[in-house]
Amino acid sequence: MESLTLSDVEQKYYSELFLSCDVDNAKKVASNGKVLELFRAAQLSNEVVLQITELCGATRLGHFGRSQFYIALKLIALAQSGLPLRLESLNTVRDLPLPRFVMGKNEQETRHMVMFTDAENQGPFLPRPPGRVQAKKVSAHEMIQPCVPTADPQPDTTSPVVSPHQSPPTSPLAWRKHKRQASGGNVDRQPSVPGVVWPHFREAQPGPVPGDGMWSAHSPPPVQESWVSFTDTPPSSTLPMHPPSAQTESSTVRTVPSAMTTNEIQRQTSGYDDPWKITDEQRQYYINQFKTIQADLTGLIPGSAAKEFFTKSKLPILELSHIWELSDFDKDGALTLDEFCAAFHLVVARKNGYDLPEKLPESLMPKLIDLDDSAGVPEPAPEVGFSASPVEVTPNKSPSMPSLNQNWPELNQSNEQWETFSERSSSSQTLTQFDSNIAPADPDTAIVHPVPIRMTPSKIHMQEMELKRTGSDHTHPTSPLMTKPPELSDETKLAAAIKFPGTAVGDGYSSSDSFTSDQEPISSAVNRQRSHSGTSPEGLKVVAPPPPPPRPHASHSRSSSLDMNRNFAAVPAGSQQAGVVAFPPAVPPRPLPTQTSVPHGHRSVEGDGLPAHTSTSPQQMPEQPNFADFSQFKAFAVDQPADDGENPSDGGQAERLPEAAGTMRTAKNDVQAEERNATTVNSAKVSTPLAPPPKPVRRRLKSEDELRPDVDDLPQKSNVIATVLATQPSIPRSLGKDKKAIQASIRRNKETNTVLARLNSELQQQLKDLLEERISLEVQLEQLRPFSHL
Amino acid sequence: MAVCIAVIAKENYPLYIRSVPTQGELKFHYTVHTSLDVVEEKISGVGKALADQRELYLGLLYPTEDYKVYGYVTNSKVKFVIVVDSSNTSLRDNEIRSMFRKLHNSFTDVMCNPFYNPGDPIQSKAFDGIVSAMMVQAS
Repeated sequence: MESLTLSDVEQKYYSELFLSCDVDNAKKVASNGKVLELFRAAQLSNEVVLQITELCGATRLGHFGRSQFYIALKLIALAQSGLPLRLESLNTVRDLPLPRFVMGKNEQETRHMVMFTDAENQGPFLPRPPGRVQAKKVSAHEMIQPCVPTADPQPDTTSPVVSPHQSPPTSPLAWRKHKRQASGGNVDRQPSVPGVVWPHFREAQPGPVPGDGMWSAHSPPPVQESWVSFTDTPPSSTLPMHPPSAQTESSTVRTVPSAMTTNEIQRQTSGYDDPWKITDEQRQYYINQFKTIQADLTGLIPGSAAKEFFTKSKLPILELSHIWELSDFDKDGALTLDEFCAAFHLVVARKNGYDLPEKLPESLMPKLIDLDDSAGVPEPAPEVGFSASPVEVTPNKSPSMPSLNQNWPELNQSNEQWETFSERSSSSQTLTQFDSNIAPADPDTAIVHPVPIRMTPSKIHMQEMELKRTGSDHTHPTSPLMTKPPELSDETKLAAAIKFPGTAVGDGYSSSDSFTSDQEPISSAVNRQRSHSGTSPEGLKVVAPPPPPPRPHASHSRSSSLDMNRNFAAVPAGSQQAGVVAFPPAVPPRPLPTQTSVPHGHRSVEGDGLPAHTSTSPQQMPEQPNFADFSQFKAFAVDQPADDGENPSDGGQAERLPEAAGTMRTAKNDVQAEERNATTVNSAKVSTPLAPPPKPVRRRLKSEDELRPDVDDLPQKSNVIATVLATQPSIPRSLGKDKKAIQASIRRNKETNTVLARLNSELQQQLKDLLEERISLEVQLEQLRPFSHL
Repeated sequence: MAVCIAVIAKENYPLYIRSVPTQGELKFHYTVHTSLDVVEEKISGVGKALADQRELYLGLLYPTEDYKVYGYVTNSKVKFVIVVDSSNTSLRDNEIRSMFRKLHNSFTDVMCNPFYNPGDPIQSKAFDGIVSAMMVQAS
């Protein structure tokens, strides 16, 4: 099939004809039907029509498609112009006139057609451009003639001038015939104009005659509309002259749509007004009707109100539904002023017998869209796009949900890391408590020997409970770190370190239970250690041993505050004397033990280095005080012969001297205990549960002190200077501390306890959450397993 | 494209059903009728699993030797069924979704028409046009 090259006018003309014939909207037309009638209206012989049908291919297919239909119309134009019917000539011949179809088969109409043919015959004689102009003028002239008998108020002065110039011999005959028709029409219309209207309605819709009466009664203007439409259909004027019959009625009904389409096409091609256009008079009437329902012209008429209003027209619901689909351009379920006018116009047109168009004519579209004709057509496409976009957004939201879920576990993980850090800090605090309890251990054992026997069973249970708690707390940080071996070694060291504070805490409880007065010196020692920096603890340790022993003796003999103050004053004096005496003899013996212990010192340094790196600043505090403790013991051991010499000379002095001797004796006993065998120590622990708590604590502390002081011994001079400096500032600080400081320290301890308790509760909650997550994950796995199998 | 398109009301009675070619109309009616059981099962299942029912598209209801049946349910429990020829393997899931979306939009336009009574068969030219565009072009 060859592709036809059609002009814009031809495409519009042919498409409208095709739509008028395609009643079923199936995009194909049966060979028998409106197409046959249309071809017969072309005033061609049956043989020519059959030939055209065969050439366009409709005979082979059995129906007319759009392409076959266009080819057929083209061939009809060729036949009407007198050219031979050939497919090759479809595209070869140019400036082919449009095919013309006569509405009826009356003799008068055939004569009218003869006039058209005469005009065409004259065309070739003249040049093409002038011929077109003359043809248009002739057609315009002939079109205007029927209007004259209808009393058209606007007569054209140019038409009579043109007509006699072009065709003088035939024009008088045409005028005479038209005059006769006009005279007949005038005679019929003048006596009974309303009569003419009534018969028209009755013939159109005999059934709803009373409805028509009501309609005309309610709305007089539609009568005018019908009058206007009556003029638009000149052939219908002949109907009242003929007697009414079913055949004539059916034929007229069938010819009406073709007449409408031909009139529309001719007017559009000729540039005349659109038949669907609303006149100013009609629009004003429609606006008045709009105001009766909606006072605000910019407002909307709801669907329900529109339904009630248009139902009065008595049109079928299906037709009203179709009119609504056409007029409700924005599909919002309501009518604007323009939409209402369009709907009303369609209702009136349908009421007068016009067929509803398949699409809303451009003249009836809302004004905003009429301003941009090109925008009107593609408007539904972007609407579809907009409707699709929210659907696309929805799947985007669903993936965001799992991302939010992923954020939550990350937050939980970060919390866990923070908690592990806090656990480490708590362990360092326990180390601090352990170190603070070292000093009171010695005087407690010397003074409280008989009392522990009575309280030991409950104390042992308390210690065991604390050990278990520390173990359970330690498992949480170990679980994430189990994967790496080097971390395991660090954990073992941390565990070993943590064990000491547990036992220290136990000793603290025992001392507090035995004597309430001992609490004061313990708290004072803790304050001193905490308030000082790294180097100051060494000074404190040097001073620490002397104060505890004198206080209990004083308490037994004297209970007044004045005596307590004297004791405090005496303590620093004793410490000063010890320092001065110890310095000169310490220099020579220290290098010897350092040489022998060099390899051990290196090993100890390496071992301490690892935990030092892993530990935080609060952990470093307790390690340094241990160094000071070792130096204290060495000083006492070296000074033994000197002290023995001093004792007999000072036999007559006050209680101060015998107190110092007591402390030296306790140190000697401790050293001897360390020298004993490990096996005896183990047997002692097993046989006597009362003794084990103090002994292993002391031995472990001493072993650590021996290792750490080696590091200090290497730079002897620096250590000596440091000790001197530490001793000097410690004196005023000890004096400055009062009960207020003690209370502050108590409060601080309580706060730390509350913080630790909170941490424990949070950790427990996290454990529960993790367990729940594990359970849910397991359930999901079980659910997914059958799917995985499939 | 589709060989059959049907719109079923909330009470499971047909509002609109159209198939091509016409000679197999009864077979398609039977297919649509049986697919309603699957639709009901999916609706109840979705209701139990998910609290909020966001997805209106039910996907492939059940494949047969010759045809594939897809379902779609609106929030007002109106069901759309589209039957596609199995031989049309190039048809993608997104195209089925777009067809259902267009069908749903056109259905809402019909419901917005004040002259249409809910529950009556759909006799809209615009709706017919959209359905025809989605149906197989029988020539």
